[in-house]
Formats: sequence, C-alpha cells, structure tokens
Amino acid sequence: MPPQRYTPRIRVHPLGDTALLAELGTRLDTAINTRAIALAAALKKRRDVRQAVAGCASVTVQFDPEQVTHEALGAAIRRLASKRPPMEEPGRLHRIPVVYDGPDLEAVTARLRMSPERFIEIYSKPIYRAFLVGFVPGWAYLGPLPEELELPRRTEPRTQVPAGSVAVAGRMTGIYPLATPGGWHLVGRTSVRLFLPDRDPPSLFRAGDRVKFFRVPA
Amino acid sequence: MTDVLRVLEAGLLTTIQDVGRPQAVASGVPPGGAMDRFAHSAANLIVGNDRTAATLECTMRGPRLVVEQPCVVAVTGGDFDPRVNGEAAPMWTGVTLAPGDELALGRRRNGARAYIAVAGGIVADRWLGSMSTSLMTGRGGMHGRALVEGDVIAAGAPVDAPARSLAADLQPRYEDHTLYVIDGPHIAMLSEESRAAVFDSAFTVSHDSNRMGYRLDGPALETRGDEVLSFGLVAGSLQVPSGGRPILLMADHQTAGGYPVVANVISASMSVAAQLAPGDELRFAETSIDAALAMRAAQRAALEFLTT
Repeated sequence: MPPQRYTPRIRVHPLGDTALLAELGTRLDTAINTRAIALAAALKKRRDVRQAVAGCASVTVQFDPEQVTHEALGAAIRRLASKRPPMEEPGRLHRIPVVYDGPDLEAVTARLRMSPERFIEIYSKPIYRAFLVGFVPGWAYLGPLPEELELPRRTEPRTQVPAGSVAVAGRMTGIYPLATPGGWHLVGRTSVRLFLPDRDPPSLFRAGDRVKFFRVPA
Repeated sequence: MTDVLRVLEAGLLTTIQDVGRPQAVASGVPPGGAMDRFAHSAANLIVGNDRTAATLECTMRGPRLVVEQPCVVAVTGGDFDPRVNGEAAPMWTGVTLAPGDELALGRRRNGARAYIAVAGGIVADRWLGSMSTSLMTGRGGMHGRALVEGDVIAAGAPVDAPARSLAADLQPRYEDHTLYVIDGPHIAMLSEESRAAVFDSAFTVSHDSNRMGYRLDGPALETRGDEVLSFGLVAGSLQVPSGGRPILLMADHQTAGGYPVVANVISASMSVAAQLAPGDELRFAETSIDAALAMRAAQRAALEFLTT
C-alpha cells in the first residue's frame, strides 16, 4: 500500500505586515504539535524568515517583507506542511520533584470531588509534553492534563504567584519560573529552576520535551 | 572602548536598547529592543553607526549627562527639550561635545520616548545576543536595570565621517495618534458591536502601561467562542483578555498567550505607538497589507537618506 498522503488543513492569518500565524489545528494534540515544531524548524532555515515559533497547534512566523510576500510565504508553508511529518525524536525527559502543598489544592480537589491523594496519583501518572515554551522566560505549557482534572482557570487571578509554583488550568499544567501574576490553580511547588539566564537557550524546557512529576515530602 | 558620558540625573526611565533578541522568544524571553525603531535607527545613522547599535531610550523625562571624552551624539524621537550647557540643542542631527559639556533632556514636549546615540555605539552588557536592557530578567544593557546617577556610559570607536541630519520634512511629528491595523486572526470572535467599536472609538493609554504593553481604556470589547490554544505573540498584537479591556503588546511583550488577537498594528505605526504616553488618546484605522508595506517603504526611504 502506498504511504497515505497527508493533507492537513492549514489556515494562514496575517499578524500585521511582518508576521503571520499558521494554524495547523484547533485541538491540543501531540501529533499536531509535533508537526508545528517541525514546521517551525524548517521555516527558521529560510533566509527571509527572522523567527518561527511553534504554538500548541500553530506556528508564528516573523519575516522580512522586503524579501518575501505574505502570499509567497503562505504558499511555502502549505508546501512544507503537506510533506509527510518527520519522525519525531523523543524529547528529553525531565523528572521534576513536587511538594503537593499548593494553596489551591484543597479547593481544587473539593471541586473535582476527589481526595488530594487521588488527585496526586492521577496528576503524577502521565508523562507530559512541553507543547510550547513561552509566555514568560522558562514557562512551558505542559499537557495534556487528564480529563478528570480539568478545571477552568481561577476567576480572580493572583497578582503575585511565587516562583516554582506548580499549577493546573484547563487541559494544561505548568510551573511558574518567576514570581509573576497568574490565574492558574496552585497545587504544589518544586525547587527545580526553569529559567537559566546564564545558559543559551536560557530555558530548562524546550518545545517537545517530556516531563514527569514525582512526589517528595515537604 | 571609551567612557564617554556620566549620568548626573537618570530621568524617569532611561535604558540601553538595541534591536533586541528575537531568537530568545523560543525560551519565553521577551524580544525587547528600542520601542521606536525609526528614531533609534535614525539616531545611529546620523552619527555613522550601524542602525543596530545600542542607544539610550529616555522615557517621559530625560537624563542629565556630563561628557567625559570628546564625542558626537544625536538626539531623536520625542522632543524632550534637549540642551547643551543650557542652550537649546538641535534634534535629528549630529552634536559635537567636549569634556565637561552637559547634555540635558527635560520633560517631553511631544512624544514619549527620546533616543540618544553616541558615535561608535554604546557598549554595555550583552545577553543572548543583544545589549537591550531586559527589566523583567535583570539582564543586558546597564546590568539589567535602568540608568542611575553615577553610571558611566561607554562607546566603541567612532567611524571617521561627518555626522548627517534628517531633513525636517522627513522627521516624524508624533501629532497624529492614528494606529493603522490589519485584522487579526481572531477578529471573528468579536461581537458585531465590539468590532465597530474598535474603529469608531478613541482609546486612552492607561497608567498601567509600560514597555511590555499598553492597557487601553475605552469601550469594553466583547469576545465569544472557544478559548484559543496558546500561540506565539508579536509586538503590535491587540489582545483582548477576558474582561474585554484590550492590551496592545509592545517591545517587552509576553511571548505567548491564549487570548484572542483581534488586530495587529502595522510595522510603520509601531513608531507612532512607541511615542504614546499614559493619558494619550489613540484611534485605530483599518488598512491593507499593501498600504502597510508602502508606509514601511516610505520610512525606510527616509532612513536611506542618512546612509547615502
């Protein structure tokens, strides 16, 4: 049987006159994210592209409009994306120690109608994927979170979340690398440093990496 | 490298900026760099620097500097009433300074950001390929912070060429606060009334605005539909968080987010946006990519006069 031809539906939107957003899908899906990361890597090699960053299911491309038009770059993106997705090398695996004493753990488990023990068991089971590194230095959107742990974000975001806070919202989890405002539910904390300003790249996590949480005593 | 200027008074927020670190956004680090790239480039080109060299970005109220070594400087951007030894000094042209001279920028008369370039280019801490000051991470520029009294500013070796001037008719005026935009990827998530409100209303830059972004006061914008999966953001994005108070992302913007982006300010208008201060009113006007590129080409042509 010949290899199945891959025909993704891609939507390309301008982001002003020097950037565009290529949407590969609308679901949080490892296969789509893998293709987004591969597409960003391929686009970065082009001389007319200044920067290409994969989102959860998209690629944001900044380009030089003196060298290429929106239309030409959009067509090139569709061509690149219609190629068979490359075999992904498994991302680096990070094992992250977590103390589960977050200020929202009780409220979260009450809303989910489960014990903290049960929450920790379900939460620490999967190997999460770093879908996207960004927002603030060192932050990674990790997922997918098991469905039974899904909650909307807090109605009142905190003005200051301590660095190292382990948090959940929607189908995602993440670790606050710096003390910043935040609207996610804080379930624990870790001592691992995610923003490494003296290294290049300065983030512990890269897109496509894998993350496993394990419990440590307070 | 020579110590050329010493800070007597720092001004409200004076930072060292170049064209930023666009590659670092893959690690979540804001790209940074000069907010008004036109004024920054012009200042550099006037004194014979590469347009990517570092300059001083002065915000709202400028610094007072004393000259340590002979140097040529250029002041561009917003008019902060620049003076040398108390006498009014011209903008958008080279100014030759001798040791002991005092260069002082005062309060803004128009615009919000003035730029000071020094022939040879300012030399400061380089982090992730850029000397831009990243206030969030405390890296780059003057040890990752705004200038303070007593700081000494160093410059590289200047090229031996006469300074140039930007002709008066090519200098921006910063009077028209219209920002031209192109529809964003999530424009369809705006309700009909909110979509009209973006273009029919004036917005005011709020006081909790900074180099990361401007929060805009005006009609609340109503979005509907599913949440957007987080994606990479660019400067100029008009983001609508839950609550409906839009944020215009500027040079130190967050690198990714999941709020709808309903419009993007075109590159030529970002220099106008950079010159808005808290309390200033602005309006958005729709344009096309072709018109945006024509406005961009006109700005580039103005800068070309400084290199030929």
